[in-house]
Amino acid sequence: MNGPSATGGGRGPLGRLADFLDDRTGYRALVHEALYERVPGGARWRYVWGSTLVFAFMTQVITGLFLWANYAPSAQTAWESVWYIQHEMAGGWLLRGIHHFMAQAMVILLALHLLQVVIDGAYKAPREVNFWLGLVLMVLVLGMALTGYLLPWDQKGYWATIVATNLAGIVPVVGPSLQQLVVGGNEYGHHTLTRFFALHAGFLPATLVLFLVVHLALFRKHGLHAKQPITRPDAMFWPDQVLKDAVAMLAVMAVVLGVILVPAVRTMLAGGTVDWGHVGAELGAPADPAEAYAAARPEWYFLFLFQFLKVFEGWGATGEFFGAIVVPGLVMGVMFLMPIIGNWRLGHRFNVAFTLGIILGAGLLTALALDEDYCSLWIDKASLADAEKLHEATGGDEAKIAEALGNDASKIAAMKKQLARLEAWRNSHAFLEASRRAKVEAERAVELAGRPERIPPTGALDLVRHDPFLRGPKLFGLADGKDCASCHAFVDPAAADAAARFAAASAANLHGFGTTAWIRGLFDPKRVAGPEYFGNTAHKDGDMVAFVRDEMSDPSKWKPEEIEAVTVALAAEAGLPDPVARPEQVAHGRTLIADTDRCGACHTFHDNGTEPGSAPDLTGWGSREWLVGIVTDPTHERFYGESNDRMPAFGTTMETDQIGILADWLRGEWYRPLGHGPVKAAGAAAVR
Amino acid sequence: MTGHDHRHDVRSGAVSAGEPRRGFLVKAFAIACGGLASLVPAAAGVWAFLDPLGRRSAAARFIPVAELGAIPADGVPRRFPVITDRTDAWTGYAAEPIGAVWLRREPGSEAVQALTAKCPHAGCSVEMGPGGRCFRCPCHNSEFTFDGAIVAPSPSPRAMDSLECEIDKEGRVAVKWQDFLAGVAGKVAKR
Repeated sequence: MNGPSATGGGRGPLGRLADFLDDRTGYRALVHEALYERVPGGARWRYVWGSTLVFAFMTQVITGLFLWANYAPSAQTAWESVWYIQHEMAGGWLLRGIHHFMAQAMVILLALHLLQVVIDGAYKAPREVNFWLGLVLMVLVLGMALTGYLLPWDQKGYWATIVATNLAGIVPVVGPSLQQLVVGGNEYGHHTLTRFFALHAGFLPATLVLFLVVHLALFRKHGLHAKQPITRPDAMFWPDQVLKDAVAMLAVMAVVLGVILVPAVRTMLAGGTVDWGHVGAELGAPADPAEAYAAARPEWYFLFLFQFLKVFEGWGATGEFFGAIVVPGLVMGVMFLMPIIGNWRLGHRFNVAFTLGIILGAGLLTALALDEDYCSLWIDKASLADAEKLHEATGGDEAKIAEALGNDASKIAAMKKQLARLEAWRNSHAFLEASRRAKVEAERAVELAGRPERIPPTGALDLVRHDPFLRGPKLFGLADGKDCASCHAFVDPAAADAAARFAAASAANLHGFGTTAWIRGLFDPKRVAGPEYFGNTAHKDGDMVAFVRDEMSDPSKWKPEEIEAVTVALAAEAGLPDPVARPEQVAHGRTLIADTDRCGACHTFHDNGTEPGSAPDLTGWGSREWLVGIVTDPTHERFYGESNDRMPAFGTTMETDQIGILADWLRGEWYRPLGHGPVKAAGAAAVR
Repeated sequence: MTGHDHRHDVRSGAVSAGEPRRGFLVKAFAIACGGLASLVPAAAGVWAFLDPLGRRSAAARFIPVAELGAIPADGVPRRFPVITDRTDAWTGYAAEPIGAVWLRREPGSEAVQALTAKCPHAGCSVEMGPGGRCFRCPCHNSEFTFDGAIVAPSPSPRAMDSLECEIDKEGRVAVKWQDFLAGVAGKVAKR
């Protein structure tokens, strides 16, 4: 960027080179044309938005190309390559962070540019065509935002895209075909990614560049639409307006960098160490078509559409068509007509009011959407205690509620409000819970990918699905009280509500199964017949309970050191990392267990000769193999045989590898990175 | 981004004394701001793009490739795949062929000679030549004797790369697997 004074003259070698180049290219006239344009009324800050948009787009092109150099679009490599960029590559977090947040900045800049153009009346003759080109550019940018969201192939992007493409499917006549074309088939997979990537990095930006070139050319043709009335003297584009534009660009970049870096800086100031892989753009858990994702939301700038669709929820497919296609189509239609509407007497006022109304409406819908998702953070649940009680007592039945309130209309109306708030609280709570779990799963997926063995060729989803830490609680039914958890508790005895939760379970607590702590509880005469062990089972009055109460509690029959020896010997069978017992103590314990006058009277143990079938085999008790065996078929003579109490044989309903994962989880055996437990304390507590 | 209003087609050359002459500082500041803002994405991109320069090949280590008994002591080389775990960026492959070696034993000798099958000229895979009396690379017809020496004239700048070889008590032959730069006269291990 040089003025004529800097390049003219041509006395030195540099000047001669410039003359040579100018002679062959005529670049001076070009630079002159680009820079020395009159800005009527002088440079203004309100003219910067177009330039910041071009700058944002260029930033996306640069960062996008470098991301492209490392991205691999397929169902087994998309998440994996993004993980590699984010967590392994030097500076990858910054590159991806800039691309991610500049995309969001671009949406805001679009809104500001549009607002400025409409308010200043810059859409009027002779600039109508350029206004229409601008609207097309807006749609293209939103299209790039939408397609880019899928590319990391994480849970968030995957489920949001399913919603978006399903909406495309409700367009009459061509909808289903359109959806199939975009998705690349009937299922989401490799071709969804390759097509979205081609759209995101090829078709859309190429089209955008074409429109942008014409947009800028027409802009230069008609000149800047000056803010009226002009009160100050004209100025030149260079350097007056360029300075303002450049400062605005730098400010935009500073904001983007701030969003990326502020959390890291705060961690540093608090004296923590920054894990740069976790700085910048989020990366969710790998997309899993089998795991519905309750926290699925579009990116914030599409949240208003998401909320708007809820207005039409009761109307079925017609409502969706209306909310997702007709209304947005009408809004775009009105915007396209603005240059014509603007010719009427009150047209310009209408246009400004309409644009402000749309932006305010979108803002309001966004606020509503956020309120629905986060209201449990600010609604005081204690104030809803009455509503909660009544809801539980009546099951939400309207007639019963009316009766309980003495058919008092004002009370019923007030209660209805409270019940609505209660439901809002519950929905929000469920969303936040799902978000929190999603975060734990995302962190765990990252942790697994970072193992020295890296990700198997089958992809990170395979790792996640076979991870005992993530999969175990689901197989156990921990969250919904199904499967194992429909009978068994899985509660740390030290937990505050442990007693109540033991009481609610109808089978033994399996938390810490195989450890000395669990065995000590079993051998405690006060606990063995409690709900934590056999209290709520058919074995409550069985031989084991009687044995612990009558025999083991009698010091003349069982010395404390003998009980301790049996405890550590049993734990040694399980083979869990426990406080290390002395080998001679374990050997002593093994003799006592095998002894046919003691444990061996009922239990088989290695080759002690006891007939199987009367009590579970203690050979390898609590080991992975033993657990897989008892879960597969507890009625097998090696385990409870005919005395099995209600426990189903899961071998008929579960895959063997799944039972193995469950056993690993019960035993607490899963990958832990050096230095800390899986997903650190908060996450672990959350999943368990 | 702006232009002249369509009503005044006035070029800067015609600008009158009313046009404010901006100082050097204003121009410099404009260029600095714009440059700095544009530099950020470019720098982030280049930083990530240069990432491979910071990565090193896996350290050379002994990998078992064959049983001693599988190498006939007749002076004729046999080709064996080198199989080991391999990492490719984010993917970890378990027990994958990553290359091949030619192993050879002289009659009556326990000593094993190991040559990497990668041609030192351009990195193609060296094969047994026609007639089975020498090695030959199918890409540019480099020929080597069975002990790896160049058969002139040859496009290859150096002899085939020998690898260190170890034989344990059970008779398992392991080679110290290493990758060397192709196309140069010296035997230089890749970083």
